[in-house]
Amino acid sequence: MKNNLKLVLIILLFSLNSLNSNSAEKSEDLLNPGWSFKSFFGKFDRVSLQRGYQVYTEVCSACHSIKYLSYRNLYEPGGPEFSKEQAKIIASQFELTDGPNNDGEMFTRQARLSDSFVGPYANEKEATAANGGAYPPDMSVLVKARQGGASYIYSVLLGYEDPPEGMNLDDGVYYNKFMSGNNIMMAKPLFEGVVQYSDGTSATEEQMAKDVVTFLAWAAEPHLEIRHKIGFRTIIYLIIITVLVYFGMKKLWSRIEAEV
Amino acid sequence: MSDHEYTPKSKFGKWFNDRLPLLTLSDHIVEYPTPKNLNYWWTFGGILTFCLIAQIVTGIVLAMHYVANADLAFSSVEHIMRDVNYGWLIRYFHANGSSMFFLAVYIHIFRALYYGSYKSPREVIWIIGMIIYFLMMMTAFMGYVLPWGQMSFWAATVITNLFSAVPFVGESITNWLWGGFAVDNPTLNRFYALHYLLPFLIFGLVILHIWALHVPGNNNPIGIELKKPSKYTVPFHPYIVIKDLFALLIFLIVFAFFVFYSPNLLGHPDNYIEANPMVTPSHIVPEWYLLPFYAILRSVPDKLFGVIAMFASIFVLVILPWLDTSKVKSAIFRPLYKQFYWFLLADVIILGYVGAMPAEGLYLLVARVATAYYFAHFLIVLPVLGYKEKTLDVPLSLTDPVFGGSANEELTKDQRSNL
Repeated sequence: MKNNLKLVLIILLFSLNSLNSNSAEKSEDLLNPGWSFKSFFGKFDRVSLQRGYQVYTEVCSACHSIKYLSYRNLYEPGGPEFSKEQAKIIASQFELTDGPNNDGEMFTRQARLSDSFVGPYANEKEATAANGGAYPPDMSVLVKARQGGASYIYSVLLGYEDPPEGMNLDDGVYYNKFMSGNNIMMAKPLFEGVVQYSDGTSATEEQMAKDVVTFLAWAAEPHLEIRHKIGFRTIIYLIIITVLVYFGMKKLWSRIEAEV
Repeated sequence: MSDHEYTPKSKFGKWFNDRLPLLTLSDHIVEYPTPKNLNYWWTFGGILTFCLIAQIVTGIVLAMHYVANADLAFSSVEHIMRDVNYGWLIRYFHANGSSMFFLAVYIHIFRALYYGSYKSPREVIWIIGMIIYFLMMMTAFMGYVLPWGQMSFWAATVITNLFSAVPFVGESITNWLWGGFAVDNPTLNRFYALHYLLPFLIFGLVILHIWALHVPGNNNPIGIELKKPSKYTVPFHPYIVIKDLFALLIFLIVFAFFVFYSPNLLGHPDNYIEANPMVTPSHIVPEWYLLPFYAILRSVPDKLFGVIAMFASIFVLVILPWLDTSKVKSAIFRPLYKQFYWFLLADVIILGYVGAMPAEGLYLLVARVATAYYFAHFLIVLPVLGYKEKTLDVPLSLTDPVFGGSANEELTKDQRSNL
């Protein structure tokens, strides 16, 4: 009886919560290519992350910054795991303004591993002005900042369609069936073959979308792999110690129950 | 209270204990006679103590890396998540810890409601508990503001704006709370200071809560006062300690699932967007544990009365020991109360649900009915029920399942006077 009550309460509390999140998101419509990082032992697909980085640099980074990621993250464990040398070369392709130097002047230098990703614009105002009044959001935590997460962004990337008949769109506004209100200021970014994958993978829209969203999911949660690993160990440890404590408790209490 | 005198064995122990009776205190805690029929709903007190200490410890570590500045707060949280060693673990533990803390406190409160633990002689324990609960809500709200995301900013705006409903001085109060003319850096700084302070006040009140508990001792599922110590009680250590530990471990398994496998499930995605005073989110919601109160606030059409209703919904709990006129504590022996109890639980869950929905149409109607029942439950049902309800026979002791005929004369007398 008491256990039933407990169960009812727990179920109620959790169903309340799931009701809230279900009603707010349209997850049933969202496209889901099967994310490798979602499950209990989920990990990122290294090669996909590396390809995703390529898509980000060659396509997205024209407008979107990713300011909380550093070049050193590219070789750290749990990420794309480029070699340190590769990461150095990648960093050196970018220039940033540093200073002031001893003469009091600002100067331009190559980015180093310790620098965070160099963005396309100097500031938010410039980014907004250059994009017709719509600020292209920073992508560092974008996956966590949208209801539906990775699947939502993947869906938006593939959700461009011709507007339904009778719908008039302003200049610079596009129709996207997954965007709220179906209006998006970003032009369709991915076209087949817009990047050339060096590993021979064919750059279909779906493939590029999956790769870049994997990359963004890692950018938002760079410690996901270690979190899953530590989590598994923690829970196993807790279960074992719980069982031990349970038998200890039974033994102790058997003295008491025998007295009555 | 334990009725044996304690004398430390060692000479130094005796010398010290005569000057500061810490050893007597620890002996009291070890020996503290606890009813042996307590069920697992009684383990949440220990779980809550753990939650409070865990929140304080993780919070202090976070405070070493967090920057309370409107321009830097958001990026300092990302710095914690990315660059601080195990910062992600500490922050997810702290953020989910608040949800787990409230989950435990709601179970703890509803246990007290079911078994009548707020009734004489435990009114003071209950009132201190309600003050702790109120401070917890304030602390959690201020903590939610610190990451300075969109929900942080707009929740702070909505809640501080409530005070503008105060007649005549409302605007001055709001400006005073903000430290300016809008939620901004001064607001963030004071919220940070208070978010650091309040947990220590809670800690102090928890000590008083436990102290007040140790005067009459625990209530129990039967709800009769037991002679303590007696054959119906067990010493706190090791019997209750190991039981609390077992329950805590199960609680931690659930906790770990949240922290490691769905750390953002209970948060709102908008809080990963940096605060922007120019963009209002389509729909501002507080954390799940504050939703019932948010629903009550929004169900009243007038702003001032909405605020009054929200505070009254907590205050009505404070005076609960005098609203419930029934002499019988446990719902086990109160067939009608038991049904109303489940109504109340469902009512609060419904309030929580509509609190997360837009305040319009059917949702608003449901919120109004649920708010009306919430107050009716405490202000009408409970006072009347005490006079009208035909309660079942309450046993005289834990071993007697039915009324009458206990071998223990003293206990029988005790019980009669209680009825």
